[in-house]
Amino acid sequence: MKKLHYSELWCSSPRYWGGLAALTFIILLGMAAAYYMEHSGHWVTGMSNQVVWGLPHVFAIFLIVAASGALNVASIGSVFGGPLYKPLGRFSGLLAIGLLAGGLVVLLLDLGRPERLIVAITHYNFKSIFAWNIILYTGFFTIVGIYLWAMIDRKAQKFYQVTGFAAFFWRLALTTGTGSIFGFLVAREAYDAAIMAPMFIIMSFSYGLAFFIITLMSAYWWASRELGSHRLEKLKNLLGVFVGAVLYFSLVYHLTNLYITQHHGIERFILLDGGVYTVMFWLGQITIGGIIPLFMLYSPAFSDNRFAIAIASVMVLIGGFVQIYVIVIGGQAFPMNLFPGKEVVSSSFFDGVVAAYTPSLAEGVLGLAGIAIAMTLVAVGARMLKVLPESLEDPEQGTA
Amino acid sequence: MSGNREQPKEIKRREFIGMTVLAAGAASVAPGILLTVAHATAEAEGASSEVRWGLLIDSNKCAESCNACVDACNRENGIDLLQRPQGQGDEMWDAQRPQWIRKVKLKDNQTGEVTNLPMMCQHCEFPPCVDVCPTAASFKRADGIVLVDRHTCIGCRYCMMACPYKARSFIHQNVEQQTLRSPRGKGCVESCNLCVHRIDAGATTTACQDACDKDGHQAILFGDLRDPESALSKALREKSSRQIRADLELNTGVRYTSL
Ligand code: SF4
Ligand code: SF4
Repeated sequence: MKKLHYSELWCSSPRYWGGLAALTFIILLGMAAAYYMEHSGHWVTGMSNQVVWGLPHVFAIFLIVAASGALNVASIGSVFGGPLYKPLGRFSGLLAIGLLAGGLVVLLLDLGRPERLIVAITHYNFKSIFAWNIILYTGFFTIVGIYLWAMIDRKAQKFYQVTGFAAFFWRLALTTGTGSIFGFLVAREAYDAAIMAPMFIIMSFSYGLAFFIITLMSAYWWASRELGSHRLEKLKNLLGVFVGAVLYFSLVYHLTNLYITQHHGIERFILLDGGVYTVMFWLGQITIGGIIPLFMLYSPAFSDNRFAIAIASVMVLIGGFVQIYVIVIGGQAFPMNLFPGKEVVSSSFFDGVVAAYTPSLAEGVLGLAGIAIAMTLVAVGARMLKVLPESLEDPEQGTA
Repeated sequence: MSGNREQPKEIKRREFIGMTVLAAGAASVAPGILLTVAHATAEAEGASSEVRWGLLIDSNKCAESCNACVDACNRENGIDLLQRPQGQGDEMWDAQRPQWIRKVKLKDNQTGEVTNLPMMCQHCEFPPCVDVCPTAASFKRADGIVLVDRHTCIGCRYCMMACPYKARSFIHQNVEQQTLRSPRGKGCVESCNLCVHRIDAGATTTACQDACDKDGHQAILFGDLRDPESALSKALREKSSRQIRADLELNTGVRYTSL
């Protein structure tokens, strides 16, 4: 096997700056959208006192969950020691940091009072899982940062194993923490399930790896570097396993809910008659995000087709996004049952009826800006740091 | 690799870092992040744990088309001073305007019996909103009143997700006029405060109770749940009452009879 040589991502200027300019443009649009929403107040969004977390939260949670999963490749390399994965570890760390940052910016800019960030940092309610998450996120940046440094700098190599393990456990905690945000909402049927936290972990594996595959392929295409088929195939197979696992967990989640009589309402809503949420569940989450990519990843017809791998990864991301949408928005739209045994005849605040939510353009633009921020950080980071091997040719047979 | 790597890398890289830092600086100024210093709050001064304030609502006495308590609450707390944003539809206005009290009409599935009642923050003894609030802006006073500190609320809306009673409102618009009694701010969350300003000034009733009494219904009774001699405690002993969603074991300070 050739000795690995890492170098900064260096591709022809127009290609690089053009891409970066496009990303910056999206980010600026997102900032303008955030300013507009904050300046006028949230009434210009689709959010209300009924559906209090809207599209920005879907983007933010999606990115945060994916961030922890993106670190998977590095973890496999250092914790479990896989020679095929190890060279990809640095990039995996960088991507994880980028995705988390993008998600957090969206989360912050959707607050009612984003300028009170300082309050959020100085006032802690330690009973709040949200407050814990702030600590988990900050810690993630620090630990993955050191981990990245340990991977890149020879002098810091002694920290490599330790930080590798720390990062591995920290990110599991982070996803559990994110999933637990919903676990604490006792009154909302959709979230009242113990399986929520492990489901978030497996979702993070899947989305994170899909992001990883796409960014890795783009980076190597951008810089015209070599990316071996064997390595890509490994990643692809792993993605297939994760996608299957997400499907399996979704199945268990809905089956357990069907077993619990009080939860039949929400199950009916998501699976049968929830209108847009039912469509999103079956078409978006299950078909686009699960069945089709599984087929593309495993079918021999596409076995050596890079394009198919890229498309499948994008579909996994779309399906994942829809899945978070159904969880976050669908879970709020479904009415809480305040008066069992009674029917609500009238209420000035929509008791007993499905809440309406139509996302506004500004919310979507802010969310997209979060993705653009993540990609920009990755592009800039890959250009400034030695995170990508100059060549990812397949190792010779037998060494892998 | 193609030939473009032959450029003097170091210079290019420095130049690149410089440009990136510049761009990042510009981007972070753009959203206009202002840091306001939170004022010291006069929270919970003098609230005593010897008392626990609560309400008893007799849904039998609550009249169907009456809206007196809601109107009184809106006046008392300056909610009626909020203007509807231009061009906002009815449904969205109802979904976005603050509703500290709302009227609900119910029909029993078995008997067909119709009940009317006002819903508001139930002033839970174990309030989920307080548990989840990251900055501790949501808090419970010693006397059981659950409040939001408008100076530390960051508008994350997690409390609204957690409240089982849909009792909280987020301020979705600019606030032009407000009362000193109930300060209000765009981007913060609020809910029924049991007329804390009146109670702290020594009053023995809430605005909603006064309005309901004035209209002759007497469906709302404010009082001290801890004092066995209070009218509230006596009424609770006389009639069976219940908590809404008692299964959640939040031990609410607002109780309902004839429900
Ligand atoms: S009713 Fe809702 S807002 Fe009021 S104390 Fe209970 S959880 Fe908090
Ligand atoms: S919206 Fe305000 S009061 Fe509610 S949880 Fe967030 S910071 Fe606390």
